[in-house]
Amino acid sequence: MEFLSYFGGVFEPISFLLLLGGTIGGLILGATPGLSPTMAVALLIPFTFHLQPAQGLILLGAAYTSTVAGGAVSAILLKIPGAPANIATSLDGNAMAKKGEGARALHLSFLASGVGGVIGVLLLIFLTPVLAQWALAFSYSHLFWMAILGVTVIGSLDSKSFVKGLLSGCIGLWLSMIGFDDNLGAQRFIFTDALAGGIHIIPALIGLFAIPQVMEMFAKGRANAAIEALEVPKQSFMDSLRELTRNIRALSIGTVFGSIIGIIPGVGGQIAGLVAYDQARKFSPEKEKFGTGHPEGIIAAESANNAMVGPSLVPLLTLSIPGSPTAAVLLGGLIIHGIFPGSDLFDNHPQVAWTFINSMLIGQILMVIFGIYTATWAARIARAPVPIMAAAVMVLALFGSYSVQQSMGDVYIMLSLGVGMFFLEKFGFSAAPLVLGLILGPIAESNFTTGSLIAQAQDGPLLYFMTGPLNMFLIFLVIASVAYSFWSNMVLGKKSVPAEAQS
Amino acid sequence: MNKLIKSIAMGIAGVAMTATAALAADYPERPIGVAVSYGAGGATDFQARIVTMVAGNEDILGQPMYIVNKPGAGGRVGWNWFATEADADGYTLSAYNIPHFVAQSIKGGVQYSKDSFEPIANWGADPAVVVVGKDSKFNTIQELVDFAKANPGKATLSGAGLFVGHHIAALQIEKATEAKFAYIPTKGGGAAAMKAVIAGDVVGGINNLSDAFRAREAGNVKILAVADLQRNEEFLPDVPTLMEAGYDVDNASVNFRGLMVKKGTPQEVIDKLAAKVPEMFANARVVKRMKAGGSPMKIMSRAEVQAMWEKRQETLTELLAGL
Repeated sequence: MEFLSYFGGVFEPISFLLLLGGTIGGLILGATPGLSPTMAVALLIPFTFHLQPAQGLILLGAAYTSTVAGGAVSAILLKIPGAPANIATSLDGNAMAKKGEGARALHLSFLASGVGGVIGVLLLIFLTPVLAQWALAFSYSHLFWMAILGVTVIGSLDSKSFVKGLLSGCIGLWLSMIGFDDNLGAQRFIFTDALAGGIHIIPALIGLFAIPQVMEMFAKGRANAAIEALEVPKQSFMDSLRELTRNIRALSIGTVFGSIIGIIPGVGGQIAGLVAYDQARKFSPEKEKFGTGHPEGIIAAESANNAMVGPSLVPLLTLSIPGSPTAAVLLGGLIIHGIFPGSDLFDNHPQVAWTFINSMLIGQILMVIFGIYTATWAARIARAPVPIMAAAVMVLALFGSYSVQQSMGDVYIMLSLGVGMFFLEKFGFSAAPLVLGLILGPIAESNFTTGSLIAQAQDGPLLYFMTGPLNMFLIFLVIASVAYSFWSNMVLGKKSVPAEAQS
Repeated sequence: MNKLIKSIAMGIAGVAMTATAALAADYPERPIGVAVSYGAGGATDFQARIVTMVAGNEDILGQPMYIVNKPGAGGRVGWNWFATEADADGYTLSAYNIPHFVAQSIKGGVQYSKDSFEPIANWGADPAVVVVGKDSKFNTIQELVDFAKANPGKATLSGAGLFVGHHIAALQIEKATEAKFAYIPTKGGGAAAMKAVIAGDVVGGINNLSDAFRAREAGNVKILAVADLQRNEEFLPDVPTLMEAGYDVDNASVNFRGLMVKKGTPQEVIDKLAAKVPEMFANARVVKRMKAGGSPMKIMSRAEVQAMWEKRQETLTELLAGL
């Protein structure tokens, strides 16, 4: 309960103003396509030079939590996930917004984020020493199986057909191979300099999600019927809260999976939302509603990606190992003030450590308040006429993909992927499994190569990858997941045929 | 029509030429970008942000420097971009990492070499060190080497990648000790390599002195030796060099960091930067921040860096010849 005595630090005037500023600024940055949480935190580091260490960290922590949640805004309203964490949110969130219920989607997403986020930070406060050991337990073989577990989700994610989902995933895996291979430096599929660094995930996300949509809008923009605007009904806060409590199952699945995955270094945030989304669907009695604007989908995805924030800092704060790119940037922010994470942080600078952690707790709550407050207003975007909307999304897409690395190469990659995806969608393929392949490919590959190298020095790859309780457990999960997909594909596939015939 | 195009082209060329002439005299007139070939938050990025923070002071350059991250493929993406696409006008600088880019250019597959760039000045030198986990049975470098000799290929050493300082150090240690280690390049840089050591995934590791110092302060690792010519008196006075331990390993793996411009940058601009940038590195605020961050500084002038680059080119060509 040591953390309680440091709550005062959060409410000092300057600290609280920074917290407020960081939260609101983070929401805006997060809602801007192309500005990922990592970049938002990196942009803020120079500002912390002039602040006290604790104050600087408050700013960074607030920005981290709120950019993750802010990414949901563009995912829901524009179907451009601000960061990989928000991919799953866009699946149901955007469908709901298209029905004119953008405010409802935003309310649910902020509330779920808040609940997940607070629980995540509480885990960080109470279970840090236990979780630190857990983070270290994951070695290369385990991370490899984790990535494979993610791959098994691909087939069933947001696709009408299992086979087409798998094929999209394969395209994603292939795209992820482009560039210099990090372990051995070999060049693969590099035809132009723009591809030498591989395909950066943010421009890929923007291209795959935003561009097909823009093309679709332009295609029907000629027809006058499409120019009519949607009505945006008012959404009351109490209704949203009640809806959240009705979906406790999705909320708990999201929070549990988000926190567990968040701890694992190197996998964390990118897939937490997608895995939780997939699990929530598997456990839901209304599977077929997912992807059509189902509240459970939004709640599971958003609670997961904010629940991951707290635990993802465990390896950083205890062992000085950054578990995610954002944590690496935060590490820089700490070191610049001469504070080394690890036992030093909690022993010698407890006021810094606890003020930081407490500020994330308060930050989550502030984020919910501001998110809800602006939701009704933000949801009016849906009333914009289609041609204007298309132009605006296009501008944001170009700006977002350029700003990641100030590179026109990324813009060309974004446009090519987007145009390709437009045609793939015509044939029933979808972007979400493709992106998941793109994310998981490098994780699976690099852990497999590194693991194999270590295995050669030990007892050989077979023993290294296949033995040990954690490996066995993960392999079991992989088999179970594949078996479930086959089973549900067979059973549901048979069921859905007569249903279609009737209609 | 043709005439019109021609005169427009001439006009543009004329403007461009006057701009170049004016540039050298009034340089710098606008903020200067510094490309960093590694991601935000990494050691190079974070040090570059500190050492450039006083560039805007009137007595230094009078214009601020800003960092642009171009990460990917162990730095190759950023330096390829710098060598082929950046303007040689002094408004785009790049941070260099020695021995990384020299070793990469020797191995090939990249569009730069030592001669594509002009050094400005060096700010830091981060030697490679040999680390083992805190519970490891090895307490000295000799014990680790003996183990490797008795078990060829079983002593795994993690490091940040291929053809970076850590890899060079591992190669030098293998050559000097005639023991066979298994070098394990990890994806995710020095932090991932350090995690492998702390978690016990590998027998030992090569890592940056600054990161190893912090990991030791946190009670996670033991540091067995430094791959440098002298001990590091400031951070690790108690850790012997490999030379002291009796292995012929020099400082070829030390990670030197500094600023450079593209070849073809006007000489006046290079001269101005070469005069002012070392002053910027030596600024009291910069030194204080670097020290607080546990980042060893080594300020070297343009001439000294040129000599160092030459020497590295030779040593590394020889070392990598057999690979």
